[in-house]
Amino acid sequence: MIEGLEHIVAAHAFFAGLEPSLVALVSGCAKNARFEAGKYLFREGESADWFYLLREGRVALELRDPARGAVTLQTLGPGEVCGLSWLAPPYRWSYDARALDNARAIAIDAACLRRKSEADPRFGYEMMKRFMPPLIERLQATRLQMIDIYGAHG
Amino acid sequence: MAPMADHDPMIPRVAHVRRKQRELVDVATLEIDAGEFFFAPGQFNMLTVFGVGEAAISVSGDPADPSRLVHTIRAVGAVSRALTELSVGEPIGLRGPFGRGWPMDEARGRDVIVVAGGLGLAPLRPALYRLFAERENYGRVILLYGARSPQDILFRDELEQWRGRLDAEVEATVDHARGDWRGNVGVVTKLIARAVFDAPNALAMLCGPEIMMRFVADALGDRGVAPERIHLSMERSMKCAIGWCGHCQFGPVFICRDGPVFTYAQLRGLLATKEL
Ligand SMILES: Cc1cc2nc3c(=O)[nH]c(=O)nc-3n(C[C@H](O)[C@H](O)[C@H](O)COP(=O)(O)OP(=O)(O)OC[C@H]3O[C@@H](n4cnc5c(N)ncnc54)[C@H](O)[C@@H]3O)c2cc1C
Ligand code: FES
Repeated sequence: MIEGLEHIVAAHAFFAGLEPSLVALVSGCAKNARFEAGKYLFREGESADWFYLLREGRVALELRDPARGAVTLQTLGPGEVCGLSWLAPPYRWSYDARALDNARAIAIDAACLRRKSEADPRFGYEMMKRFMPPLIERLQATRLQMIDIYGAHG
Repeated sequence: MAPMADHDPMIPRVAHVRRKQRELVDVATLEIDAGEFFFAPGQFNMLTVFGVGEAAISVSGDPADPSRLVHTIRAVGAVSRALTELSVGEPIGLRGPFGRGWPMDEARGRDVIVVAGGLGLAPLRPALYRLFAERENYGRVILLYGARSPQDILFRDELEQWRGRLDAEVEATVDHARGDWRGNVGVVTKLIARAVFDAPNALAMLCGPEIMMRFVADALGDRGVAPERIHLSMERSMKCAIGWCGHCQFGPVFICRDGPVFTYAQLRGLLATKEL
């Protein structure tokens, strides 16, 4: 079972090239997950105990605004990581994640990964190197979305 | 391609609006009765609303159909607003076509990545018509389109039609959407990371806001597309449109005469400059 998971973890784009001993460490915190279209992977305010590496289907990150209903901030697809709030205290989701299609993912126990990162700085640093780029990318994307590049012209 | 050799290039000829279609709240497409009108994808005309002024507007129609001259205009100021408010039968001044368009010949045999942002889809549409009409001449054809919101998506029906083609990959994304939108949300650069193409042999055509083109060009560069193969269409305000007045100068080049389509290799340094 774990062996199968190791295979799946190693094959995920997010962990491309991760050395086998570290794949084994990640896999020890991982399990398979499925979400039917419309189901939530997590909700705003909940504690960030699990996060997801998407394998199939797309997921919308949403904020609920009583005046406007749900607003989609971003959509994610296969090869991407869903959920970054588990990386830093207070480890709480600041948005909802909802499956747009039937989705499959590798679910990772956040506390387990944090614990292993603390215990093995080399592993921890490798994880940081992989989670930092999507964080920066999302910051950059948010900036572009904020300045409304298509607004007045284009 | 000498434009209207029998005319003084500075004097507009008078044509009439034959058909009009409202595309979005602030965008309209005009079909202009201009006899047989030949142009290359990416070229533009100077359109006049008499008594108001003149503006540079790209041709957005099919280069294979010279009987229909089509322009798509967004109202941003006095002239463009007046253009979108013209009614069928009203006169319109026309000079052109001007400029160097998309490198359709250089694209032959290559994977072609077309990236449009907002109204930038209009100047790219003639290139897309050509790509689809001569599909066998090109490798993969990929169209990536970014808009502000689902309500701002231009040529929606056509995008749907193209998306249905088995010989092209068509993806759209919006910056902002309500929860009921089932498409992609996020910046258009994200679509580039996901697209499948043969980078060393690919050619890209970009049109949209300058910031968007800069980030898209860099994202294509990161995937391995050479700056010489990334082509983008620039907009600067025009007066003469034939390289006389210097109004459209952008560093060492005149957009009207040397462009509006340039390579990223030509523009990279200039695009990073705050004001030119
Ligand atoms: C080669 C070329 C092709 C073009 N093709 C098209 C086209 O197919 N469809 C189309 O709608 N427009 C196109 N444009 C842009 C169009 O020429 C301008 O929007 C128009 O000149 C604005 O004139 P105006 O008098 O309406 O606005 P102005 O009164 O000159 O400007 C009003 C406001 O709009 C801003 N503005 C002016 N020009 C632009 C611009 N290019 N982009 C963003 N903001 C601007 C000004 O800063 C100002 O805030 C093209 C421009 C060029 C150079
Ligand atoms: S508009 Fe006069 S030189 Fe380009």
